[in-house]
Amino acid sequence: MSQPESALAEAQGGGRAPESLAALAERHGLRRAIARPSMPAYLRQLWDRRHFILTYATSRNVSKYSESMLGQLWQVLTPLLNAAVYWLMFGVILGQSKQIENYPAFLITGVMVFTFTQRTVISGAKSISSNLSLIRALHFPRAALPLAYTIQELQQLAYSMAVLLLLVLVTGEPVTWLWLLIPVTLLMQTVFNIGTGLFMARLGAFMRDMNQLLPFITRTWLYASGVFYAIDDRTRDLPDILRWALEFNPAAAYIEFMRDLLIYERFPERWAWVTCLFWALFALIVGFWYFWRAEERYGRG
Amino acid sequence: MAELTEELSQVAPENPKTQSPKTTPKKQHPKAGTPTVIVDDLHIVYKVYGAASDAEKGNAANALMRILRRQGRPQMKEVHAVKGVSFVAYHGDAIGIIGRNGSGKSTLLRAIAGLLPPHKGAVYTNGQPSLLGVNAALMKELTGERNIILGCYAMGMTPSEVREKYDEIVDFSGIGDFVQFPMSTYSSGMGARLRFAISSAKTHDVLLIDEALATGDREFKRKSQQRIKQMREAAGTVFLVAHNLDVIEETCNRVIWLHKGKIRMEGDPQEVLEAYNKA
Repeated sequence: MSQPESALAEAQGGGRAPESLAALAERHGLRRAIARPSMPAYLRQLWDRRHFILTYATSRNVSKYSESMLGQLWQVLTPLLNAAVYWLMFGVILGQSKQIENYPAFLITGVMVFTFTQRTVISGAKSISSNLSLIRALHFPRAALPLAYTIQELQQLAYSMAVLLLLVLVTGEPVTWLWLLIPVTLLMQTVFNIGTGLFMARLGAFMRDMNQLLPFITRTWLYASGVFYAIDDRTRDLPDILRWALEFNPAAAYIEFMRDLLIYERFPERWAWVTCLFWALFALIVGFWYFWRAEERYGRG
Repeated sequence: MAELTEELSQVAPENPKTQSPKTTPKKQHPKAGTPTVIVDDLHIVYKVYGAASDAEKGNAANALMRILRRQGRPQMKEVHAVKGVSFVAYHGDAIGIIGRNGSGKSTLLRAIAGLLPPHKGAVYTNGQPSLLGVNAALMKELTGERNIILGCYAMGMTPSEVREKYDEIVDFSGIGDFVQFPMSTYSSGMGARLRFAISSAKTHDVLLIDEALATGDREFKRKSQQRIKQMREAAGTVFLVAHNLDVIEETCNRVIWLHKGKIRMEGDPQEVLEAYNKA
């Protein structure tokens, strides 16, 4: 006799009381193919996939420029050109530079730090929605994708930072022991970016219009983050609450922190540390939790 | 017995819950091993974007009117691909899935693999079913070498496993020195061979194979069929989707015939294939 009969017979009782397929599954210890793993199990799965995450990030970076003639050189050229455009716009044409000492360094620091977060937010929002075929073909913790995208941006940041430090030196700032804190602020910002990337990944996966809207949101954020101007100068006349809100903005906090180290040559104040740390932890915890909650639903829509 | 099989499998998928136990109770216990995959009244619905019909070609004015009239997005269509499928697969089964294009075969495989969330119902599995195929993880701008490493990691291998399998993959694919060139420079046959070599490098508990096995020249076809056979022996349960019915008859001990998302017939390969050919 053939299998299906026995299958159905067993499913329907096979002489015993009727048994549902779910009960049969339970009796044999079968699990649902799609079930969200617990948070610790999920973290363990992610850790097991660390090689995939790193290789995927590197591969994307390599393939990104593989068809242009200058190739990997663009990793350095892009941030340089960006800084040049903004300097021309805000430094030369709008004359911002007269009020701020060493405006080129001020501006480039802001642009580089902000770009890191901006790019992570934009690519994070696409990390799930542009990888649907991968999600529908292979099994892995989906957080691997936004993580890989953030790491890809981190790899690009290495080039931007080299350019930034060089330009800061060229504009006449000295190397101080404060430079030792650069990895610390970058670490805090990266953690913030990972969390934000995860958060945006879920938003982008289920709200398709997000990708159209994001450039406007990030540009507004750019203008509000004091990349081109000093927030405390501009906000002197504003009510306290508004000034506080602008300075509490995570992008502004990371930018100010970096400027303290590179340009003002002073140890960041306590509130700067608190803000940067708070945002890093807050984004990581909320972003991770929010992303994980929809783990079993990615790839459906 | 044959009629009973057919009758059961035609009735069961429709409303498995209300199946009364009045069907002949089986005297003997099922001797086949333990169940490895249980599919319980599975429904899969997915949304397709950008599938506008002729009447509502996308321009900005139409889109605005739709929003004003509070109509849904026409570009978003729901496809009910699998409509209430139930069956149990046992250890040692090789199950062929047949059906016309668009009958839900690939969708069913993906749901078993845990890659498509069920709309209703559930899939229960023992171990992690794996789909044979890593195409989506590969990048054509990268060299074959990088792609082998990337593909292996994507399937969840460890670095030592990757090192161990690397030479075997290159050998099996037979692409030779081309492994140093970007995959975009490969002929379609070479690409297919490399992809198959990568995706078949891992062993699985429950293996899902979605056609497209007959790639490459005759020599490679022979090699790949042999590889599939080995993988089938190593795996506990195999699901095979193919249009080539000979392959199914040769390798499967059960066949499921899907028609418009439902099981039309299920059972012994010869009977099902015969009925399928007549339909």
